[in-house]
Formats: sequence, structure tokens, C-alpha cells
Amino acid sequence: MTDQEILAGLGEIVEEIAGVPADEVTPSKSFVDDLDIDSLSMVEIAVAAQDKFGVEIPDDQLKDLTTVQDVVNFVAKNAGDSA
Amino acid sequence: MTVDRETVVVTGLGATTPLGGDAASTWAAMLAGRSGVRRLTEPWAERLPVRIAAPAAVDPAEIVGRVQARRMDRCEQFALVASREAWADAGAPEMDPERLGVSVTSGIGGIGSTLAGYDILKSKGWQRISPYTVPMLMPNGSAGWISMELGAHAGAHSLVSACASGAEAIGYGIDMIRSGRADVVMAGGTEAAIMPLNIGAFAVMRAMSTRNDDPERASRPFDKGRDGFVLGEGAGMLVLESLSHARQRGARVYAVAAGAGYSSDAYHIAHPAPDGAGVTSAIGRALADARVNPEQVVHVNAHATSTPEGDPLEARALVKALGSAADGVIVSSTKSMTGHLLGGAGAIESVAAIFALRDQVAPPTINLEDLDDDVPVDVATEPRPLTKRGTEPMAVVNNAFGFGGHNVSLVFTAA
Repeated sequence: MTDQEILAGLGEIVEEIAGVPADEVTPSKSFVDDLDIDSLSMVEIAVAAQDKFGVEIPDDQLKDLTTVQDVVNFVAKNAGDSA
Repeated sequence: MTVDRETVVVTGLGATTPLGGDAASTWAAMLAGRSGVRRLTEPWAERLPVRIAAPAAVDPAEIVGRVQARRMDRCEQFALVASREAWADAGAPEMDPERLGVSVTSGIGGIGSTLAGYDILKSKGWQRISPYTVPMLMPNGSAGWISMELGAHAGAHSLVSACASGAEAIGYGIDMIRSGRADVVMAGGTEAAIMPLNIGAFAVMRAMSTRNDDPERASRPFDKGRDGFVLGEGAGMLVLESLSHARQRGARVYAVAAGAGYSSDAYHIAHPAPDGAGVTSAIGRALADARVNPEQVVHVNAHATSTPEGDPLEARALVKALGSAADGVIVSSTKSMTGHLLGGAGAIESVAAIFALRDQVAPPTINLEDLDDDVPVDVATEPRPLTKRGTEPMAVVNNAFGFGGHNVSLVFTAA
């Protein structure tokens, strides 16, 4: 999976759950500050990302995933490891 | 004893019901005597003895939008839709948010979300439960959402008293203004409980109509052939406002929210006290609180749900409360058309009672073909004109009673 594929998949998830258009989900954006996503929706996004990409995102790591790029990096690094 | 207190008036109305997506269409359908009761086509209904209900005419999820609808129970969506309408109807006043309150409740709360969350817990595990499940199932969720929608900071409250909840919320809203805590309060009730568990649970109490082959004629309050209530869904909202605040901004006033009366039967958790004393007390206390004489009352929007036990009990209690003035009062049960909206009932029926006062017409009680001999009041079967009795302003009463022995009566008078 390329970073672009992960980004596209993440964009679909964010649009579905939080209503933010997928094309606004760009790498430098912060979920909270730029995309206005609250912590409850972030949990939903994380679970959906786990299902879509086959990664486990432990709670203690989820809180460090503040930007879209953070999630893309996490998925790129861990995809396949725990699925 | 006359203590000066704020007069509370109604300056906005909103509703979304089985008869229409707003207050005006609901009222027009009531005057036309339309039934909102339908056959349930969901597969789960096939396994239940009750396969009819009165679903909302307009899906609230289409109005609040897909993303918002994911985070709100259906009862919260109804409440938001109706409160937006009521707020716009009141002229969306620019005001101090610290003086704006909310008193909105539900009899049951987000039961659909509770059941859906439990299904997911069992089938997919706890991590797949929506993180919005708790705010969706809590009965105060609607009050919270509306407070955010309006930016209301005076306090958001949700009194719960089963099927009396919507009326009690309006009573509490009146108190918030009288006690000086708020100038304006969004008050009402909502329910979205057309779910297999609810229908099964009410059906096992033998409280519901099983007239499955004739849905539109199933809800027949005061009729000899009634066999239980029909479940409805939706919400009703009133914008309550101090008269001084309303005057200051030149608001249109529908009616005076003149008073509320309460009692508790302390008898049985799900049966009304057979002598109806609690109902009589609630009506009497409401009139006293409103400083209204029985002779002023021209119309009662009854709780009458179409159960064999409740309807005549309420009618007899009304006669006891009003005495000889009961002659000349026109009684209606709009549940004959909307079904029973549980925690939404008292609010929607207050909207109907206020329209009745404005238009000076009582809505019909449909399906009343053969009046129960034990119902000693004049029940309207078609729209009937309301005329003032004496010199004091016309008054209308709305009753709402709930499991637990809660009795609430509200009085509205002509503006």
C-alpha cells in the first residue's frame, strides 16, 4: 500500500464519519485543529482505519496521531504486521 | 393572595409528527381528521401481536444531515428539528444567552441507539460501539443538543415522567421564567420508540391496540370499541417567554402559558388510581396556579390514549375538577390521529391546544363512533367552534399522565 492509497482510504473514512470532504484530508492537517474532529469521532475513525488497513492502533499511540500524516505513517509502518 | 410574578407567554411553536413535518401541517391534518397510523412493514413486526404504529411523516435524518444523524438518536433529531422550527417561528430573538434556557425531555430516551449499540456489542465487540452511544441514549441528550444549537446558557433540563414528560418539561420551563432564571425557554418533548422491544413490552402489558387489520381506525379514544393505544413518534416544542421580554422585542404572542398542576397517584407503578383523584388534583392545581376559573375553560386536549381503563377515568376526573362548569367544555383526543407519542405527547398536544385557542376551534377525535357510557363529557368528533364563556379570557387545558403515577395538567389562556 502506497502512502497515496492510505491517504485516499483515510479521506474516505473521515468523510464518512465526520463529514469532512475527502479532498480536504491532506497530510499536514491536524484532525482536531484543522478538520474540527472531536475525540469521540477520532475513536470511530481509528477503529474504521484498523478495519480498512488491517492495523492495530493502541490507545496510547492514538493520542499521538494528531495529523493526517501521522496516521499515514503509522499505517504504512504497521500494515500487515498485526492483521 | 396575589403575588406579582412574571406572566409567561408562548411566542413560538414547532412540531414534527405522524401527521406532518411541522406544526402548521400537523394542525391542518388534525382539523382534517387525518390518521397517521400505518401498518408496520418491518420484518420484526411479523413476530409481534401489534403490527401498527404512527411513524413520523418526515424522516428527521434527512433534515439534520447524514453526519449529524450518526451522532444523534432519532428522538434527538426530532427534538432538534422541532426546536429549530419553534425558534424561527419566535423570530429567532437576539438575546443574552445567559437568559436563554432549555427544558426538553423524552419519556424513554434514545432506545433505538441503546438497542443498536447492544446488537453491535454482541456481534462485533465493544470497540465497534459508536463512541456517541452514551450521548445518544441518555434522555437529556435532546436538551444538550438544543442548548448547543441555540447557545443557551441559563440551564438545560430534562425532567422524566414517562408519558407526562413533555407536559412536565413545559411546566418546568414556566417555572424557570417565573423564578427569574431565564427570559426565554425552549420547552418540549420528543420520542422515537417504534422499536420491537417497546412494542413487545407495551403489548405484554396489554396496553396496545391489536387492530392490525384496520390501522387508521385503531386509535379510538372514548369509543366503546377501543382496545389500547397506538404508538406514535415525533416531537413538539414551545418557545416560552416572559411577557415583558416578548413585549420589549415586539414578539407575536400565541397564548399565555398560564399555569401547571401536578400530582402523584402513589398507587401503582403502571395503573392509574381508579378513583382518578390524582387527575382531579392535577387539573385543580393547574387552574389554581393559572388563576383561572373553571368557567373559563372551553376546551381540553385530553391525555386519553384509547385504553379501556384510562379514558373514562380521565373524563370522570375532569368533571370532578371542573364541577358544573364541565358542561360546555369540548374535549378532544388528538391521539386518535397521532397515536401516543409518550414523552412527546404532552408537548405536541400543547401545540394543538394552543392552535385551538388561536383559531377558536377544537380538533376532532376521530374514530369515535359509539361513545363509552362511562364518559360524561362532550367529546368533539368533528372540528367544533370554541366560544368564550363569560368575560374572562378563554382557557384550554392539556393533560398528560405517565406510568409511575405522574399527573400533569397545563393551562393556556388567550393572549
